[in-house]
Amino acid sequence: MPAKEREFQVSQSRIIVVGAGVAGLCCALELSERGYSVEVVERGRTLGDGCCSWMAGGMLAPWCERAGTDPVIAARGAPSIAWWTRHYPGTVHEGTLVVAHPRDTVELTRFADRTERYERIDGARIAELEPDLAGRFRQGLFFAEEAHVDPRRALMALAEALRRRGVPIRFGTEASPTGIQAPLVVDCRGLAAREALTDLRGVRGEMLVIRSRDVRFSRPVRLLHPRIPLYIVPRGDGVFMVGATMIESDTRSGPTVRSTLELLNAAYALHPAFAEAEILEINADVRPAFPDNIPAVRRIGRTLHPNGLYRHGFLLAPDLARQVADSAAELLPPLEMIDADLRQRRPA
Amino acid sequence: MAFYGVDLKSRLLLGTARYPSPKILADAIQSSGAEVVTVSLRRESGPERSGQSFWALVRSMGVRVLPNTAGCHSVKEAVTTAHMARELFDTPWIKLEVIRDDDTLQPDVFGLVEAARILTEEGFEVFPYTTEDLSVADRLVEAGSRVLMPWGAPIGSARGLNNVYGLKALRAHFPDIPLVVDAGLGVPSHAAAAMELGYDAVLLNTAVAEAGDPVAMAKAFALAIEAGHMAFKAQPMEPRDMAVPSTPTIGRAALGD
Repeated sequence: MPAKEREFQVSQSRIIVVGAGVAGLCCALELSERGYSVEVVERGRTLGDGCCSWMAGGMLAPWCERAGTDPVIAARGAPSIAWWTRHYPGTVHEGTLVVAHPRDTVELTRFADRTERYERIDGARIAELEPDLAGRFRQGLFFAEEAHVDPRRALMALAEALRRRGVPIRFGTEASPTGIQAPLVVDCRGLAAREALTDLRGVRGEMLVIRSRDVRFSRPVRLLHPRIPLYIVPRGDGVFMVGATMIESDTRSGPTVRSTLELLNAAYALHPAFAEAEILEINADVRPAFPDNIPAVRRIGRTLHPNGLYRHGFLLAPDLARQVADSAAELLPPLEMIDADLRQRRPA
Repeated sequence: MAFYGVDLKSRLLLGTARYPSPKILADAIQSSGAEVVTVSLRRESGPERSGQSFWALVRSMGVRVLPNTAGCHSVKEAVTTAHMARELFDTPWIKLEVIRDDDTLQPDVFGLVEAARILTEEGFEVFPYTTEDLSVADRLVEAGSRVLMPWGAPIGSARGLNNVYGLKALRAHFPDIPLVVDAGLGVPSHAAAAMELGYDAVLLNTAVAEAGDPVAMAKAFALAIEAGHMAFKAQPMEPRDMAVPSTPTIGRAALGD
């Protein structure tokens, strides 16, 4: 029977998380760890299906993000480095390198003015950190405390952690949060929650995955440019994610030639050897954002809406999950007083 | 001041790109009192004209929208984009940009004049983004443009007024055409300088959007624009080669004037 027609029934004593993107999985894990019985339902047939977290950069870069974002992003994002390290052993702590071409050094100055916790470095230090960039840049900024994850492996690790805790994830299950009878519903559908969150909008992003035999990086590298800033995140084995455009648009159609050109051009400007790289994937998706571009948890009745993660999915999902679990503690009776069903049941 | 018969109190026009968030854009509009904002169709729309939610947000800010053809490289592209803008925003206004080169973003003045003529014939009210060149300006007016938007310096360069002489000459030649300095300004003193030349208004985007605090910077520009305009109306003194004592020098030999 097709997924959409399948009758959706849940145990009425569990917290239901709708959506298995980074927000949904982080919320489910946090709630489970705090002792609640949780179940996740997901419209897609597999992990990452139709979910913009799958296209994410996976940079845990709270201090770089200070450039052009509200200070709360850094304040609420910084603890996520420890959260991911705890839940995903593949979290890489190599910092972030920020560089600019000589004619754009003013961009480096501006970036430095707006960010914090970096070290100004010269060409020799850049070469030490990333030998393949030796001789290519004379100045840079090094954010030593930042980290990154491979978003797809990180989501798989969360799904596995949930499985081990006995939290089911039901794929191929369409569910409208308003139709669910549960003590608490956590709506993590992202942009699909628009009918409930009317000020949610889409910000389109395009990304590439390439494989180079010549270039190796140990950490995300950001190339500043007045019009086309770019980041390249290493995924291991010479594979890189190149991202990402930011376009005020809701369309999920394929990547445009212009965006692809810009991303490829910027990668080539970072290192000409990327010209020989193999293109593994070109993708586009739409990020959910609130008007202030700051992720938030809203409550409507018995439904919590962590949403608006914008370009900060992996950086801020742990913070939203913490807020959701805090709200659950306020909205639900104390764990020791409630039906045993709502408490976490450890698998035998 | 009026653009195509529409009276406006604020002499600051704001672009809507590159703000940290739509909320900050809305706050910047409010703090500056801007009544007109420009919106780029090509870059923000993507296929299927799906920038709708952003445009709806801009419209909800209670300002008049001046759609632009930023990113267009040919007359045809600019004209098509103008048609789309008229349909989407229900306005005859169009800020016409035809760019020759993506690196310098310098206006293609030949294409600009041609596109301005076509669009005016089709009933558009054209705001051409041009250089300070007098002959080009003359051609644009001949083509029906009743507002001119000469650059101060290349887009996003924050250099201020590169050619004060040229901008002054343009003002002197077109005393009755509203002139708006568009592009290249970095700090409020640049905007004040433009207004002191007798310009009617200033259009800003990057200088506000990419400031550390766009809301405060928008307000700072609005104040500078008001000050510059007030100073122009108050008839500033002309520079002289010699000191002119502000107190009488009775009883001493005059230095000669």
